[in-house]
Amino acid sequence: MDPITLIGAMSVLAAGLCISIGGVGPALGEGNTAANALRAMAQQPDEASTITRTLFVAMAMIESTAIYAFVVTVLILYFNPFWNYAVEMASK
Amino acid sequence: MIEVLDKIIIFRLFGFGINATLFYTWIVMAVLVVGSWLITRCLKTTIEVGKFQTLLEMIVTTIRDQIHEVSGDNPAKYLPIMGTFFLFIAMTNLMTIIPWFKAPTASLSTTLAFSVCVFCAIPYYGIKNAGIKGYLKKFIDPSPVMLPLNILSDFSSTFSLAFRLYGNMLSGAVIASVLMMLAPFLIPLPMQILGLVTGMIQAYIFALLAIVYVSSVAPTVPYVSQNDTKGN
Repeated sequence: MDPITLIGAMSVLAAGLCISIGGVGPALGEGNTAANALRAMAQQPDEASTITRTLFVAMAMIESTAIYAFVVTVLILYFNPFWNYAVEMASK
Repeated sequence: MIEVLDKIIIFRLFGFGINATLFYTWIVMAVLVVGSWLITRCLKTTIEVGKFQTLLEMIVTTIRDQIHEVSGDNPAKYLPIMGTFFLFIAMTNLMTIIPWFKAPTASLSTTLAFSVCVFCAIPYYGIKNAGIKGYLKKFIDPSPVMLPLNILSDFSSTFSLAFRLYGNMLSGAVIASVLMMLAPFLIPLPMQILGLVTGMIQAYIFALLAIVYVSSVAPTVPYVSQNDTKGN
């Protein structure tokens, strides 16, 4: 296999793996967070506003892991330095 | 499919290329400034006030209350910078429903500029709150072993703000364009609505986390709000 095919194939594979594995963890974490926050809100409805605010912050923190995975995926797919280098080499 | 907003030159001004990020930022700024100017031109202090004055008062009061609840400090101190962050990001994300409007928050340069502002605001408010000594004490808390980690956490927490906002806005744009290619009629609509919701939540979260980071060094004299003293 010539290098450019290898880089292309591996990039696509890596992008798929990156977003799929990077999406599972935060999804589980957010599910746990939401379930526990709902349970807390059911027990103490008076504290709902405080719990909701903390929930949003926690969700954002957890979600940022998934966002990092997404940013890396976008980098691999659209701004891949190795692919650009390979194309440059091939055109010479 | 992914548009790099920094590379799209809209027009040239005095030899400088004005790219899409700057151009759309200016549009949002103009909307906010002209809107506020039109409303605050004729403020009233009587019982009957206009619709738009009520709207602005409601926004400012809500932001004040939120800042007070989160920081437990005098909200007037943080209101100018944090209110601006919230209003600008919320307005930008709301205006994405206008066709051909590209949200400048989907460009890393805008969000990184925001997070640099937050990064500079942390020592400013820290020193203002607790003095230089009190601020530097934050870095050796709970023990001097944590010094490098504390310094690193200042960087990583502020720059993760930038990447969070950028990633969220970019993912909204990417999902919309993918659905546009697959099924351009009615199918992208629910995702657009979801994008509006996440846009508002992201604006709220950005401002909230910025307040949390900025007010992490608490003032030496606790703040007692007027509402509290009235209640007691």
